[in-house]
Amino acid sequence: MSQTLIAKTPQKPWKLTPKQLLPDLLGAIFTVAATFAIVALSPLKGKLGFALVLIFMAIITATAISWITRDRKAATNATTTVLVYIAAAFVIIPLASVLYEIVRLGANALSIGMFTTDMSQTASETELSEGGLLHAVIGTAYIVTFATIISTPIGILTALYIVEVKGRFAGPVRFFVQAMSGVPSIVAGLFIFAVWMVQLGNAYSGIAGALALTVLMIPTVARTSEEVLKLIPPDLREAGLALGATQWRTVAMVIIPAARSGLVTAVILGIARVVGETAPLLLTVGGADAINLNPTQGNMSAFPYHVWKNLLIGSPNAISRAWQGVFVLMVLVLIFFALARYLGAAKTGNRRSRKR
Amino acid sequence: MSQTLLEPKTTPTPRVITTEPRFTDKVFRAVVTSGGLVSFVLLGLIGFFLIYNGFEAIRNAGFGFITGFDWVDAIPEENQPASYGIGAMLYGTIVTGILAMLMGVPVAVGTALFLSYYAPEWLKKPMVVVVDVMAAIPSIVYGLWGYFVLMPHAEYWAKLIHKYFGFIPFFDMPAPVFTRSPFIAGLVLAIMITPIVTAIAREVFAQTPLERIQAAYALGATKWSMIKAVVFPYGRGGVVGGAMLGLGRALGETVAVYTVLNLVYDIKIEILLSAGGNVASMIVNKFGEADFVELQALMAAGFVLFLVTLMVNFLANTIINKTARE
Repeated sequence: MSQTLIAKTPQKPWKLTPKQLLPDLLGAIFTVAATFAIVALSPLKGKLGFALVLIFMAIITATAISWITRDRKAATNATTTVLVYIAAAFVIIPLASVLYEIVRLGANALSIGMFTTDMSQTASETELSEGGLLHAVIGTAYIVTFATIISTPIGILTALYIVEVKGRFAGPVRFFVQAMSGVPSIVAGLFIFAVWMVQLGNAYSGIAGALALTVLMIPTVARTSEEVLKLIPPDLREAGLALGATQWRTVAMVIIPAARSGLVTAVILGIARVVGETAPLLLTVGGADAINLNPTQGNMSAFPYHVWKNLLIGSPNAISRAWQGVFVLMVLVLIFFALARYLGAAKTGNRRSRKR
Repeated sequence: MSQTLLEPKTTPTPRVITTEPRFTDKVFRAVVTSGGLVSFVLLGLIGFFLIYNGFEAIRNAGFGFITGFDWVDAIPEENQPASYGIGAMLYGTIVTGILAMLMGVPVAVGTALFLSYYAPEWLKKPMVVVVDVMAAIPSIVYGLWGYFVLMPHAEYWAKLIHKYFGFIPFFDMPAPVFTRSPFIAGLVLAIMITPIVTAIAREVFAQTPLERIQAAYALGATKWSMIKAVVFPYGRGGVVGGAMLGLGRALGETVAVYTVLNLVYDIKIEILLSAGGNVASMIVNKFGEADFVELQALMAAGFVLFLVTLMVNFLANTIINKTARE
């Protein structure tokens, strides 16, 4: 009774045959060859000249081939295709350059000592073997922790208000949170300076910096949490209510646990958003070279402030310190970023498997 | 047995059915509502405190605060009053913002098209990560990179532009200083706004109805004809809104602009010249040694910046929300 199933190898009639691919291949070869020839023969020199000629030749060749083999419409299509690919390349180039330079200039400035000492005994101009950025590590840890503690509940409550309670102001609140995420960071700093220092008469402190960052962090947390809560299937909500639970019990026992990883992602995205913020800290924390363990009193430093200060000093060693600081800052940001993506991916993975 | 059944039962009072929420729910709703209104209140407070502290400066200068070019401290010995005007800075902010849009938006829209319709499957994910990482990089990093890495290159590009297009007034050059110009600031800002514009454009493009796309292809359209006939008409509002959102970011950027722009209290139309303005950078620049009166003027400048960015953002979000709903 055994049956042999002869499965046909799947056909792809829409696939381009080698003969159809040939013009494109020849075109690509021609483009590169012509570029080399033109750069060699003409006064255009260097990377810039090469890039410009390459772009120009690529557009010309692709358009010409399509025009000859097909028609004008196809030629337009070919031109825009090349342009779209170039646009995508333009996005990659700056990012690659930023990351490359941070690694190149920041990595050789790294040392173990930078995490064990501060700058209180060291001038920025001295060799990098002395001094470190422990004060900045501690400052950033304090400031970001406080900002997170304040903005997480507010952000999540805002999202709950929009998605769960659906109060009278849900629409306007949503709109204003959107607008708030566009508030320039310097304005947040000025606002805290106006309230906390000018009106209430406090001095520079880590808390003031944390409050300024809170203004920037709330919208990020709120908007991401809102997206996450919207993804919770309404069946869960209805099931909770059908069992006789109050809305409070449904949210606390069903919705929040179901959305937990997403909410954590929202908070991490918020942290990643503010950890590198410089402008508000320039107006609120005062900056310091020594370790300050008291966030409520006294000037404090932070990574961005440390980088900024050394950048303004401008001597070669100070600039190396700035790159060193940027390197550590970028590592921090990328860790938070990767964490948020990992948790986000885990969440969507779950959703997909649930659907199946 | 049967008797008990026949006995008239006292009917229990019917359960009270009410929409009145339980006490815990009332508390819950009150807490959530107050939490939700925080951002509402906060936005109002920002505006209030900035104008409250800066009112004096605006009252003294009148409309000249917006149009004036000077930023001069009072000199009591020479009996000269302070004169604060942010006209030049405001102009410079708008110029760099527009330059950033001109350079950033086409690239961003191209990238969004690439991600939506051109990229092969294996390239999509890494490309999205690239754009997201770009958005996550702090502005101080862009500032440092822009100053030390981009500027030497951009200076050379600016010289070339001046050499070949110098006859256009914008590219003219009164003095041969090409560093820290609005052009370079615009370039850095363009890189910084690209991710957000890309994200919004991609979101909008994704909502294009599939059957229209397929219909266009079925009628024999090329990819570009399809995009022109279907995707752009549907996504136009979203792209415009995304671009404006990017503009809002560019107008409020502080640190990255500070490092790559030379602040000059004058209006210059030559964008390649090392002279520009930016309200946010000026606030940081003047903040350190400001006395009380100047501080008030800085608060007023912050208020103007807040108002401008808020309006741009409102407009952008309204356009995007409208497009998204349709």
